[in-house]
Amino acid sequence: MTMDRQDVSARIIALIEPFNKKEVAITDATRFTDDLEFDSLTVMDFVAAIEDEFDIIISMNQQAEIENFGQLVDAVMKLQG
Amino acid sequence: MTDMISENQTADHADLFSKFDPLIKMRTDLLSTGVTDPFGLVMERVISPTVAMCNGRETILLGTYNYMGMTFDPDVIAAGKQALDDFGSGTTGSRVLNGTYSPHKAVEQALCDFYDMKHAMVFSTGYQANLGIISTIAGKGDYIVLDIDSHASIWDGCKMGDAEVVPFKHNDIEAMEKRLRRIPEGAGKLVVLEGVYSMLGDIAPLKEMIATAKKYGAMVLVDEAHSMGFIGPNGRGVAEEQGVLDDVDFVIGTFSKSVGTVGGFCVSNHPKFEVMRLVCRPYVFTASLPPSVVATACTSIRKLMDAGEKRAHLWENSKTLHKGLTDAGFQLGTTEPQSAIISVIMPDLERGAAMWEALLHEGLYVNLARPPATPANMTLLRCSLCAEHSAEQVQQIIGMFTRAGEAVNILG
Repeated sequence: MTMDRQDVSARIIALIEPFNKKEVAITDATRFTDDLEFDSLTVMDFVAAIEDEFDIIISMNQQAEIENFGQLVDAVMKLQG
Repeated sequence: MTDMISENQTADHADLFSKFDPLIKMRTDLLSTGVTDPFGLVMERVISPTVAMCNGRETILLGTYNYMGMTFDPDVIAAGKQALDDFGSGTTGSRVLNGTYSPHKAVEQALCDFYDMKHAMVFSTGYQANLGIISTIAGKGDYIVLDIDSHASIWDGCKMGDAEVVPFKHNDIEAMEKRLRRIPEGAGKLVVLEGVYSMLGDIAPLKEMIATAKKYGAMVLVDEAHSMGFIGPNGRGVAEEQGVLDDVDFVIGTFSKSVGTVGGFCVSNHPKFEVMRLVCRPYVFTASLPPSVVATACTSIRKLMDAGEKRAHLWENSKTLHKGLTDAGFQLGTTEPQSAIISVIMPDLERGAAMWEALLHEGLYVNLARPPATPANMTLLRCSLCAEHSAEQVQQIIGMFTRAGEAVNILG
């Protein structure tokens, strides 16, 4: 099953919502730590939600490379194959 | 040449220490309240496994991990003195060069006998045992699946190696299984678990978790640092207690808790285990333990094989303290006592530190644990019981907690 970028984006935005306490507008440049103020506990829950949604693994090694929303969408697209 | 900086000039530099500013501020703020530094305690004299002099006051020790009280065992001390006389103060060398003396082989044999396993490898600390084994056996393209609340030494072992690191929610069997299921076919898998998690004193459902790990073809490493000597019919740990020790590929442990000295180890039945001595860098590139240390460990381990009565008394202590603190109104890390660790949850760091100090004034030492070492950013007063605590001391401890809790307004 292939998904277009817009579809993946929309699904991830829906997953961010419960963690987006300040209702920051999401663009490709939105950073998880600096803009959304995710702490390590939030990151864990959020990553687990993404992994379950797309049935993928995002290892800690891969997480280290992902700073903003756009990078996450690209990573999920890639991991989906 | 013109764009080179003259040798006589110095440029402004970014202070590499500025990254620690938030921590320095947190510490300064805490100490400015006038509270005693919880991380600066000095014991002037140690009287027994359960009592020391701190700030001139006789203090009951309830935060030492000295679970089986072996530190002052006469046989253990005699073995150490003998080894000092016979082998000197230190080896000045690596285990694979000049640092293996007969007491090092003897302690490894004692571990094989204690766990009924074929191979044992002793490291200079428990930290290095996790660091060395995990970083060495899980390589590029392999996957490490581990509990999110794992000890720092496990995380550092992951970071030092080249494997893909995949954490799951604490003690969550389903979350672990999902991750194992998603690992690409053919990749090597290592599941890393702990028997007792030291922050809250809770144990892992190893029986179910190990069965799941095996279903997906993973090798299993269990850190039994906080259970050795105490949990399980022979003190081999939580895996033994739950009847699954045979399915554990690697047990990691330490000499710095129940054994009563310092050092770490890995025991295993893996047929190729001995190659670790050549490829495991934290084993090779460090000096071996002093002969007196391994001699005390060896004697202690052999005595722990036959310590059923002490184990029973320690369980009594754990149950009594857990009930006493619950009845007094404290919020604990577990609803039932699961180990020799009873963790008391504090509302915040400030009141946690105040409570810690009030207990010290009462004559009781516990560990203050704070983020980032703690799960869910909790501040904890962590109590670890000893088989040498008398029933009377445990009652004293409950009284001290109650008085201190009232004094700092943690109890209603």
